[in-house]
Amino acid sequence: MPVNMIVCCKQVPDPEAPPAVFKVVNNKMTLPPEVKPVIGQYEEFALEAALKIKDTAGGKITALSVGNNFVRDVIKKALAVGGDELILLEDGAFEEGDSWSTANALAAAIKKIGAYDIIFCGRQSSDWDAGQVGLGIAEILGIPAVTLARKVEVSDGKAKVERVIPDGYQVIEVTLPALIVVTSGIGALRYATLKGIMAAAKKQPVVWKPADIGLEPSQIGAAGRRSKLDKLFQPVKESKCEIIEGETVVEAGAKLAVRLREAKLL
Amino acid sequence: MAEYKGILVCGELADGKLAAITTELLGCGRKLVDELKEDLSCLLASDAVGGASKEAIAFGADKVYAVEHPALKEYQADSYMQAAEKLAKDISPRVILIGQTSMGRDLAPRLAFRLGTSLTTDCLNLSIDPGTKLLIPTRPAYGGNAQAVFTSESMPQMVTVRTKAMSPLERDDSRKGEVIPTKIDIDTSKVRTKIVETVKEEAVGIKLEDAPVIVSGGRGIGGPQPFQTTLKELADLLHGAVGASRPPADNGWVPEHVHIGLTGKIVAPDIYIAIAISGASQHTAGCSGSKHIIAINKDPEANIFREAEFGVVGKYEEVVPAFTNKLKELLAG
Repeated sequence: MPVNMIVCCKQVPDPEAPPAVFKVVNNKMTLPPEVKPVIGQYEEFALEAALKIKDTAGGKITALSVGNNFVRDVIKKALAVGGDELILLEDGAFEEGDSWSTANALAAAIKKIGAYDIIFCGRQSSDWDAGQVGLGIAEILGIPAVTLARKVEVSDGKAKVERVIPDGYQVIEVTLPALIVVTSGIGALRYATLKGIMAAAKKQPVVWKPADIGLEPSQIGAAGRRSKLDKLFQPVKESKCEIIEGETVVEAGAKLAVRLREAKLL
Repeated sequence: MAEYKGILVCGELADGKLAAITTELLGCGRKLVDELKEDLSCLLASDAVGGASKEAIAFGADKVYAVEHPALKEYQADSYMQAAEKLAKDISPRVILIGQTSMGRDLAPRLAFRLGTSLTTDCLNLSIDPGTKLLIPTRPAYGGNAQAVFTSESMPQMVTVRTKAMSPLERDDSRKGEVIPTKIDIDTSKVRTKIVETVKEEAVGIKLEDAPVIVSGGRGIGGPQPFQTTLKELADLLHGAVGASRPPADNGWVPEHVHIGLTGKIVAPDIYIAIAISGASQHTAGCSGSKHIIAINKDPEANIFREAEFGVVGKYEEVVPAFTNKLKELLAG
């Protein structure tokens, strides 16, 4: 049975950039231009979860994102790796949202898309790390949700999900349609093939404005927030590391043992 | 409009006892309600709550709502939500505290959307604005590269709190409080998920969260083998456990349950030895509560040296065996 899937993706500044480049200026994260935008790491896992199902059961993958000023080459990666369609909720009014306004916009777009079996989301965005939007969408749509999935199989209108718990995993069965929040362990997102990249280059994303999904500007972006960012800051950390040196690194290793004994740590 | 008053802790049980996170939430909740001069309530939902109610009082609760139902034996969102939603609506707390745990991560966003209120997750610090009586939560953002303060006027104000970020009160069995057995009918026809099986994967030996010493490896370890030899030998010597940052877990070099970091486990051992770990904020978020951090890394510029108290710059393949051997000698002598 082909599976109709929607994968929610977010364009974020590369979270793997070295910590030193993250600078807060006037309550805003400002990053140098060499830090490129990427699709968030957990949304990449969500894409891979959908692609694995498409590999075995067949089906359709619609990637969906909300924001403004999308870098086409970045977000079109969802198509290049094997997604079938890309829908962008792209407008200035979508900017600066919180979990509520983001979930509202995505849920409205999903209603407009109509038919689906599974909505995949990442466990948390790679910038704000809140981990709420997926479950928010499920609540708004009134569908069941399973979180922290590391393996998903579909059969007979049901999904069997391995959900990570602190000391192992649970196998959870859920009737479709359902929303599944994906964590790592599903496997890294596959590389785009040359064919995939060429096909993606020819496709244009569908762009929807707030009115296209039937939402008032007051429900989305900064205006639709239910929480206010009062302050963004970086606590000052003083480095106080005592570097143990030696003639050779082997000697330094031995001296570290002596120093830690002296300090009565071990 | 209902008047929102008091703080509600959504508690968790572990093996029939109050979970550590719940004692931490009660500890911080107690401080906040004392400032507000209001009550601290705790929801305990299980098939059998038993003595955990008394424990919750001993750790600071004024009122414990004990909800017992066979459908609450194991956490499932659709059954727990019914208990949490009903109680939140009945008692209208101004603040709801939930742990940033496996259960809390799954429950809190659903409850916030169901109640139509906002939620701030993974908080490290909480205080009350004396003027507005609004909660002031601080949480990390950008993978731990910054911290953010969010406020909200929508009630109740919901937060999840990171494990080990707050201190529990000293247990005091003479504390007075009220246990309120609360009957909530759980409609099992509304439970849309089914737990087919629960599989324990944790290796035998010391649990990572309880280990006094953790020897942890990062991407620079290069493969699975050294985790079982070089790192394990050192961990065994110190009666500790082996952990890892995210890349080794993502690459399958180690099982996911030893992954330490923002999206893995949060640990706070006495000694944390970080080997070939660069110290990305998303990792240090999981270990910065350690009493002493020791770093071994070949890159003198690695961020981990900003977190560490002692460090050696060098290839771990050379440094660690020398360190382990010398330590063996010292510990024997």
